[in-house]
Amino acid sequence: MIFAVLIPLIIACFIPLLSKLKEKIHTGIFVLFVPLSIFLYFVQFLGRDFNPIRHTYNWIPSLGINFDFYLDGLSLLFALLISGIGALVVLYSIFYLSKQERLGSFYVYLLMFMTAMLGVVLSDNIFVLYTFWELTSISSFLLIGYWHFKERSRYGALKSMLITIFGGLSMFGGFILLWVVTGTTSIQEMINQVDVILDSSYLPLILGFILLGAFTKSAQFPFHIWLPDAMEAPTPVSAYLHSATMVKAGLFLIARFSSIFSGSEWFFIVVSLVGIITLCWGSYMAVRQTDLKAILAFSTISQLGMIMAMLGFGTTAAVFAAIFHILNHATFKGSLFMVAGIIDHETGTRDIRKLGGLITFLPITATLALFGTFSMAAVPLPFLNGFYSKELFFDATLHLDSTTFLAQAIPYLAVFGSIFTFVYSMYFFFGVFTGPKQLDKLPKKPHEAPIGMLLSPIVLVAGVILIGLFPNIVNAPFLLHAAQAVNPEVEFHKVAFWHGFNTPLKMSLIVIAIGIILFVTRKKWSKVYTILPGKLSLNKVYDQIVEKLDVISGAITRSYMTGSLKNYMSIILATTLIVSFVFMFITNGFTLEYDYLADVTILEVSVVIIMIIAAVATIFTNHNIAAILVLGVVGYGVAILFVVYRAPDIALTQFVIETVTVALFLLCFYHLPKLRKSTDSAGTKMTNLFISVGFGALMTMVAISAHSSNWFESISDYFVETSYKLGGGHNIVNVILVDMRGLDTLFEIAVLGIAALAIIGLIKLKKDKGAQ
Amino acid sequence: MEIITSILAGILFATAIYNLLQKQLLRIVIGTALLSHGAHIFILTMGKLKTGQPPILTDGVSDYTDPLPQALILTSIVISFGVTSLLLVLAYRTTKENNTDNMEQLRGKSNE
Repeated sequence: MIFAVLIPLIIACFIPLLSKLKEKIHTGIFVLFVPLSIFLYFVQFLGRDFNPIRHTYNWIPSLGINFDFYLDGLSLLFALLISGIGALVVLYSIFYLSKQERLGSFYVYLLMFMTAMLGVVLSDNIFVLYTFWELTSISSFLLIGYWHFKERSRYGALKSMLITIFGGLSMFGGFILLWVVTGTTSIQEMINQVDVILDSSYLPLILGFILLGAFTKSAQFPFHIWLPDAMEAPTPVSAYLHSATMVKAGLFLIARFSSIFSGSEWFFIVVSLVGIITLCWGSYMAVRQTDLKAILAFSTISQLGMIMAMLGFGTTAAVFAAIFHILNHATFKGSLFMVAGIIDHETGTRDIRKLGGLITFLPITATLALFGTFSMAAVPLPFLNGFYSKELFFDATLHLDSTTFLAQAIPYLAVFGSIFTFVYSMYFFFGVFTGPKQLDKLPKKPHEAPIGMLLSPIVLVAGVILIGLFPNIVNAPFLLHAAQAVNPEVEFHKVAFWHGFNTPLKMSLIVIAIGIILFVTRKKWSKVYTILPGKLSLNKVYDQIVEKLDVISGAITRSYMTGSLKNYMSIILATTLIVSFVFMFITNGFTLEYDYLADVTILEVSVVIIMIIAAVATIFTNHNIAAILVLGVVGYGVAILFVVYRAPDIALTQFVIETVTVALFLLCFYHLPKLRKSTDSAGTKMTNLFISVGFGALMTMVAISAHSSNWFESISDYFVETSYKLGGGHNIVNVILVDMRGLDTLFEIAVLGIAALAIIGLIKLKKDKGAQ
Repeated sequence: MEIITSILAGILFATAIYNLLQKQLLRIVIGTALLSHGAHIFILTMGKLKTGQPPILTDGVSDYTDPLPQALILTSIVISFGVTSLLLVLAYRTTKENNTDNMEQLRGKSNE
C-alpha cells in the first residue's frame, strides 16, 4: 500500500525529464498511467466483505511516528475518488493545457498532491496524517499560483495557504493533546479509548482545535473565503482539488473522528450549525456571482456545508446520506467544473453576462451541463443521483437525536438553502445555454470542444446517470462499508426512488416550486444583496488582518533589528542571563561543597587581588598605553597562577603569548584612535553594568556548582595511565595534545594559519579602486 | 581557594562583557582578551587545584595534577591569541577604511 501512496511522488521525480519531450508527446499522457494504476489497485478491494487492512512501515518508532496505512471502507471511498477523479482530470488536462504551458511543473505539483491526499486518507498515524495534510495545502498553493504572472493567482494562492495552514496548525495542536491524553498516535487505538478522551479536561480544546482544522480545509463559514479565490487555478485543478478531493479532507477528518467526538453534545451543535450556515450562505451567495467558476465555488462551499451538517447529525441515516453525497457531489460537480472549463476554453470568457444561447454551438457540452445542474438541483427524476442524496438529507433533518431549538430549525434551514441551490443550478444552465446569443461579446467564435476534452465529463455524467438509475449497485459493496467505518451502527437499507408521498418529497417539491418562482423573478429581488451582505465583507476582514499583521510584525522586527551590534549583544546576553538564572533557580542547580577545596595561601590571594584591580582598571583607563599595561598585568597574573597550580607547560605558553600580544597591541595602538571617555548616558551605563555583573555572577556560580557536584567520573585518570603506554611520552599534557587529540591540534594550527593569512590580507591588500 | 578563583573568573567575565558593550572598537578587543583569560581560569578551576605533582610522569610519583584542563587551556591560549590578533588588525583596518572606530556608526545600510 505504501507503494500506491508514494508512486505519484516517485514518478514526479521523472516528470522534469519527460516534460522535455512535450513537443512530441504531451506530458499528461505519461502521468495518466499513475492515477489509473492506483485506481485499479484499489478497485480490487471493492465489493469484498473485507476487514480493515493495516500495513506498518517504521519511520520514527521511538516517537511512535510510523507509516501506518489503514484501509477501511471510508479510506477506500476516498482513495477511489482521488485516483478515479485524478485519472479523469489528468485526461482532461491533456486537452486543456497547451504545450506552451509549463507542463513539467504542473504535473509535478499535481502528482505531489496525489501522494499527499492519498496519505491523508490512508494514514492511521495522526502525525503522519498531519504531515500529508500540510503537503496538500502546499501543493494546493503551488497549483493555485500556477499562472503566477497573474496578480489574482498569487493573491488566491497566498490566501488559501494562510487559511488552511492556520487551520492545519491548530489541528496539529489538537492532535498533540489527543496524544497526550491517550498516549497513542494511532487513530484506531484512540477510538478504543473514547471514554478516556471524553472524560479528559482537554476535550473542549481538542474538539475546538481539530474542528478548526476541518472547517478551514473544507471551506466552512466563515473560512470559506479562500475557495472562490482559489478558482484562479487552472480548471482541472479546480475540478480536482477544490471540488472533489482536497476540500473534502475536512469532511474526512470529521468522519474519521466522529466515532470519538459524537459522544460530546458540542460536536452535534457546532458541526451541524456551521454546516447548515455554510449550506445556506454558500447557496445564497452563489446566485449573485457572474463568473461561472465562482458560481461553482460557492456551490461547492454550500454542498460541503450540507455534508458537514449531516456528519454533525451523526444519526445512521445522516451518516449514510453524507457518504452517498460525497460520491454524488464528486460526479456532478466534477463534470460541471469541466463544463465550465470547456466554455472558457471555447468562448474565451467565463462571464455569464456575456454568455447565452450556446446550446446550438456546444450541444454535447450543454447536454452534460443539463445532467450536472439538474442533479445538483436535486430535480426528482429517477436518473439523477443528486436527488437521492438530497432526499436522504431531508429525511435525516427530520429525524435528529436532539430536541434542541437548533434541531427543530434545521429542516427549515435545509429547505431554505436548497431553494437557492435550485436557483443557482438553473441560473448556471439557462444563463449559459439558452437565452439571446451575444456572439459579439465573446472573444472567440464558439464551437464544440474536441472529443478528448469531452471524454472526462462524459464519464462523470455517465456516473451520475448510472448511480441515479441503479443506486444500489454502489450501495452494498461500497457506501455501506464507508458509512460503517464512520458509525458502526449503520445497517444496509435499500435506496429507492419512490417512498410514497412523504415529508421529504414534499420538501423537495416546495424547493422546486419556490425555486422556479425565484429563478424567474431573480432580477426583481437581486437588490437584496445590497442589504445582505451589503458592505459586510469577510474578504475585507481577511485583508485587514493580513495587512495589520504585516505592519505589526514589521514594526516589531525593526524595533530590535537596529543594526547596532552592541544592542544585539545586550539582547543575547540578557536573554542568556535570565534563562540561565531562572533555570538554575527552578532546578535548584546551585551547589556548594567545601570538602575538597585547596588551601588558601597569601601568594595566590595577592596575585588574584592584583588581577582584579587590573581587570577593573581596563574599564576606567582612558589612555592607550595604560590600557595595554593593565591588560598585560592580567595576562601575566594568569601565567603566575598557572605556575602555582602545577601547570608548567601552559605557564610557559602564556608568558610567551602574553608578551607577543602586548607587543602587537602596542604596534596597533600606535595607529588606532585614542581611547575616549565613555559618552553613554547613565541609563545605558547601568544596563551595561547590570548585564556584565550579572554575567560574571552567573559564571562564578556555574564554576562553583560544576566544581562542587560530582556527577560523573573524571576521565583524566585514563590519560595518566595510558600516556606512556599508548603515547610513549612522559609529559601527559603533550601526549594529549599531539597524540590523543592530534587531529584537534592539527586543525588548531590550521586556524592559526588562516588567521595569519587574514591578517596579511587585511594589512597588505588595498581596496580595488575600480570596483565598487 | 577554588571559590576565590571562581570569583576571579566571574570578575574577569564581568569586566570583559562591560568592555564588549562599549562603542569603541579598541575596548571590544580588550574585552575579548579579558574574556579568554576568564575562560582559562574557569577551566583551570574545573580540575582540582593543587592536588599533586605537575603532570609529567616521574618514577615513584602516583599523584598528579589533572592534565586534562591543562591540555584544553593550552589549545585555548593559542586560539585566543589568533582571535585577538585578528581582531586587532581588523579594528585597525576598519578604522582606516571608515574613519571611525565608533560601533554605533558602523551599522551598515538602513533597512538592509
